[in-house]
Parts: sequence; C-alpha cells; structure tokens
Amino acid sequence: MAGGGSVRAIRDRIKSVRSTAKVTRAMELVAASKMRRAQDRALASRPYAERMTAVLSQLAAYTGAGDGQALHPLLEQRAVQRVAYVHVTADRGLAGGLNANMNRAGASLVLRHQPNVTSITVIPVGRKGRDFFMRSGMPVAAEFTELGDFPDFEKVRPIAKIVMDDFLSGAVDQVFIGYQRFVNAAVQRPTTRQILPIVPPEGEDGASKGADFIFEPSPERLLETLLPRYVEMQVYAAVLEARASEQSARMVAMRQATDAANEMVGALTLAYNKARQESITGELLDIVGGVAALEAK
Amino acid sequence: MPLTLSIVTAQRTVLERGDVTKLVVPTSEGQITLLPSHAALMTALGGGEMIASHSGGTESFAIHGGFLQIVDDEVSVLADAAEHVLQIDLERAEAARARAEARLTGRDSNIPPGGLDVLRAQSSLQRAMIRITIVRRRRPTGVPSMRP
Repeated sequence: MAGGGSVRAIRDRIKSVRSTAKVTRAMELVAASKMRRAQDRALASRPYAERMTAVLSQLAAYTGAGDGQALHPLLEQRAVQRVAYVHVTADRGLAGGLNANMNRAGASLVLRHQPNVTSITVIPVGRKGRDFFMRSGMPVAAEFTELGDFPDFEKVRPIAKIVMDDFLSGAVDQVFIGYQRFVNAAVQRPTTRQILPIVPPEGEDGASKGADFIFEPSPERLLETLLPRYVEMQVYAAVLEARASEQSARMVAMRQATDAANEMVGALTLAYNKARQESITGELLDIVGGVAALEAK
Repeated sequence: MPLTLSIVTAQRTVLERGDVTKLVVPTSEGQITLLPSHAALMTALGGGEMIASHSGGTESFAIHGGFLQIVDDEVSVLADAAEHVLQIDLERAEAARARAEARLTGRDSNIPPGGLDVLRAQSSLQRAMIRITIVRRRRPTGVPSMRP
C-alpha cells in the first residue's frame, strides 16, 4: 500500500484546516458586526465632544485660562516630576498587530519621559496592555480590565476620576493617554496625548469669541463643572476609538486567516489528488507485475 | 428667527431641531425661559424638566445636570444625561428610587464593600424623582414607554 498512509494524513489535514477556516470566518463576521456598533457609538459621542470643546475654548478665551494663570487646579502647569500614563488596549488578542503596536507606542512614551522625571506610572486599561507592562516590570498604579466591547460613560468615569484625583493631590504632575485611533476599517493609528493639565483648546473661529457672554453662576464655577467633564469625555472618546479599532483589526486579521486557510485547503487538495494518483498507479503496477509473473510460469 | 436647539449627551444626540420658539430650562440657579434673540449666555444646568416649544407643539425632557450655551440663537445643551419624556422607563425609575431610599434610610443590609456612597445614592434618588415627576405630569396614563 505505497502512499496509502500519506493519503489519509492529507485528508485529515484538509478536514482540520477547513474547520479552522470555519471558525475564523465566524469570528470575522462577529467582529464585523461589533465593529459597526462600536463605530456608531464613537460617532454618536462626537457631537458632545465637539460642542464641549467649542464651549471650553470660548470660556477659556473669556477668562484667560491657560494664559499662565491657573483659574482652576486642573489647568495648573507644574514642573513635571511625576507622570502617569493611561494605556488603552484590548482585553483579547487575535487582532493582528493591534495590541503589539499599541504596547510599543506606550513603551516608547514611557522611555521618552523616564530620563526627565522622577517617576512614571502606568494605568493600563485592557488586559493586553496590563500584561505587557507587568511583564516588563513597570510600576502599575491601577488597572481596568473587562470593560466590555461597548462600555458606557459611567464605566470609564472611574478612570478619569483616578487621574484627576492624583493630579489634584499632587501625586502626578502630568497625565497622558494612549489608544488606537480609529482611522478607518483598515487603518488604526497608535495615538498618545496629554490630558492633564488641561490645555484649553484654541477656538476655530473668532466669530462668537467676541460675544459678550453672561455667565451663570460665574465663569469660575462653570470651569469647575466643565473641566472634569472634559477630562471624562476625552477618556471616554479614547476608549470608544480603541474599541472600534479593536473590532476592525480583528475583522481584518480573521479575514486574512480565513483566506490563508482556504488557500491551504487548495494546496492540500492538489497534494491529496497527487498522492491518491500515485497510490493507484502503485497498486496497478503491483497487479500488472503479478500478472506478468504468472504468465512467465 | 426661531432658536436652533441641540441636546447632546456623551452617548448620543437626544434632539436637534431648528424651529424652537421657546425653551424652558432648569439651570443650577433656577428655571429660566429662553426666547429668540436672547443674550449670549453660558450656564450650568440643574436637574429637572426642559420644555421646548416648536411648530409641532411642545416636547418635554428630563435633564440631569450639564451646561447650556446660547449664542446667536443657537442653543447647545450638553447634558450629563437627558431623555425625552416618552423614553423614560417609569418602572426602572421607580425601582431606582426604592433602591436609593432603602440605602439612604439604612433599610438595605446589602451595603457594597467600602461603605455606602451617600452622594451617589442621593444623586440617583434625585434623578429617579425627576423622571417620575415628569412622567406623572406629562404622560397620559396608560401610555407605555418608548425605548430610545
């Protein structure tokens, strides 16, 4: 039975690759539908973010906040001794290079600041980033995992609260956040930005800047309520973007896996047919040889 | 010229329309009424009912804190939470009120670790009360909630 064993081995392998392709295809479809939902949520939060940014820039322009004088503790620029970094990643892998790229970007931010400050702590949001920084022996101040695929505003508020509390108590002087920005379904970009102290956004148009606003109860009190919300909103937006990025990266990775598996099934089928052909030829030769031997008697 | 009104929260846009003729707003300092050509204003919002009058009648919303800005007849409401009266889940609000009251009066033995978050229980009670009051006032009895 020349080659009979290898025929069976190839057949089993085809079966196993086929079932892998089925799994990755299912994961691709799940990720695609989650991506749409995650993207919708990210888009739904934008009007709030845009309007709040506009309001804050007007308020800042009016009060002169950010022109050196700190009208509110969250605006206070201090000599930077201690830095905190909020690192947003996914809880799960199978998303191509998404988490690895984010971890690399986070590590480079940490390494860039380390020589100039007395301490830098990491606050990972997501298991992949936590595992990475734990393994590399970085001080992890707090961690947030299992926020779910579609976290709501209330779920991310504690993250903002921790960094604001630390900033206000003087435990840290500067806070950054890093996340995978969702550019489109095929492109995600690791992005890091400063969230504390708050740098008031510049107004885009000077049109309403000149408006003589009435402030109720007072500009200072308004800053007091607006600024914490602004930080929360930025953290929330970062998490939403990261989630949309995660699902789209996973969808693409799983599609590639499905394509690779299907390609492999094709190659294996060729090999299978060839092996089967060879084993039939071998058997035929045996029979022909046997007949010839009988006739020669 | 009527007012252009947008009510947005971090999660979604609750209302957007350009034909508002009158807006009653619960600010942190009390209730005010905005009419077209109002002076530019920024104010903190309290919790309560916001009533928008427009060509289609009046619409009522539960608002729970946030900010309002009006400039050049354009009103931006940045609410911490907001919902249309028909979107309020009355049963959920009643349950939230009962839970918060039980916590605050010490009748709930199921205190979470780390002690009772009094502020949180109080604000959740306040939100529930706002929702219940508005539903009772504005929604004809027997009309079920409309899911957002």
